[in-house]
Amino acid sequence: MEFSVNHPALFWLAALVILYVLGQSVFFLVKAWRRARELGISADRLRSVVTGSALFTIAPAVGVLLGMISLSKFLGLPLPWLRLSVLGALTYELPAAASVAKILGLSMEQQVGDATVYISIAWVMTLGILSGILIILFFQKRMEQRLHRVKEKDAKWSAILMDALFMGMIAAFLGMVFADIRMGLPGWIPVFVMLFSALIMAICGLLVKKLKLTWLENYAMPISMLGAMAFAIPLTRWIGGA
Amino acid sequence: MKPSLYEARVHTWGRVSLVLAILMFMSYPLLASLLFGAAPDAGLVFQGLLAVAPVFWVVGAIEAFTFGPMLGSGGAYLGFVTGNLTAMKVPAALRAMQVLGVKPNTPEGEAVSTIAIAASSIVTTLVLLLGMLLLNTLRPVLESDTLAPAFKNVLPALFGGLAVVFVAKNWKIAVAPVVLMLAVFLIQPRLSGAISLLIPVGALVAILAARWLYKSGRL
Repeated sequence: MEFSVNHPALFWLAALVILYVLGQSVFFLVKAWRRARELGISADRLRSVVTGSALFTIAPAVGVLLGMISLSKFLGLPLPWLRLSVLGALTYELPAAASVAKILGLSMEQQVGDATVYISIAWVMTLGILSGILIILFFQKRMEQRLHRVKEKDAKWSAILMDALFMGMIAAFLGMVFADIRMGLPGWIPVFVMLFSALIMAICGLLVKKLKLTWLENYAMPISMLGAMAFAIPLTRWIGGA
Repeated sequence: MKPSLYEARVHTWGRVSLVLAILMFMSYPLLASLLFGAAPDAGLVFQGLLAVAPVFWVVGAIEAFTFGPMLGSGGAYLGFVTGNLTAMKVPAALRAMQVLGVKPNTPEGEAVSTIAIAASSIVTTLVLLLGMLLLNTLRPVLESDTLAPAFKNVLPALFGGLAVVFVAKNWKIAVAPVVLMLAVFLIQPRLSGAISLLIPVGALVAILAARWLYKSGRL
């Protein structure tokens, strides 16, 4: 069979893997939904989790789509479609592909024309990021048991520990937003965008509390995220940091 | 307390689905080899892995030990297969648990986090599928200079809102890791490329600060 990065057979192969992962998501969704119902959480509240999570995901997912488009210039569509629909993120897939391109002196603006190179890149992308999944496979049960023991010993500290874990992650991203401020005003754009997002979220919080708009609680995050992303457009034009 | 059927089986479901997922991921290059009659170049794969694996295996391991406990077992088994954890799955799970007022590391938190991650994964898959099918129509819009600043700022837009909710609730715990991370990025801005390595540092500082506050009766 003559090789092409966009060969129809490659689309089918990618679709097969993506279908499996989609099936896994549906399986866990159904199981967790039933469990939540057993625990007395109403179907309405669970539906709001699904719609809220779905809305919240659209903007980052479009960002992933942009990554897929940029990788497709080098690898065609099926492989980036597969890699970014499952396991990977652009922050990994791009350096993985770039590392092989660099070794061979290939331009990432030109499509790979050789099957051996293409398959080698696919292997690097597949094997280079397996550690997380392997650790979850072997250690998740043990981690859960350990956390349960902490909870049995001291329930209050267990809750604080989880909050601290989340705060650590959020703090890292908050710090990162300030990384470019030494570049001058354009470097402040991410900071202003973050503050705008925080402002919208605070306004939503006030509306929920003061006007009892409880339905808004579920949509506050997507609204603040999309609002801040939209704000970045005129802000960047005004400051001139595109 | 006797564990529920879900709690008793989630690890079996998770482990079986992870093993199958790994096999499915490997099937793509394997079957592509068979289709085109071309083997991978072992030297090239080795050199390529040498360039990325040392960093990304460490990142993957750190993410697993940091996010595994946050997401609960169902969420972790699913989230690590569907990927995009920091920018999508973890915030989705956090948001859902906060909106429903349930805590992580509880049966309710586990179920809600898993539902949020599953919904987020399904939507991502559908957006990418639609994007691919409508590529020619969408490409000029998505790649336009007008929209570029919006997509460049997804993370600040996401974490601004998230921070308000969590810092407001846990401001005492937030002070130490936020000050540390601000200092780190102001001194060494290039570390923004190594954010995954800094998340556990932030988490460790937050845990130590929280422990001190808790032990001294301030929490």
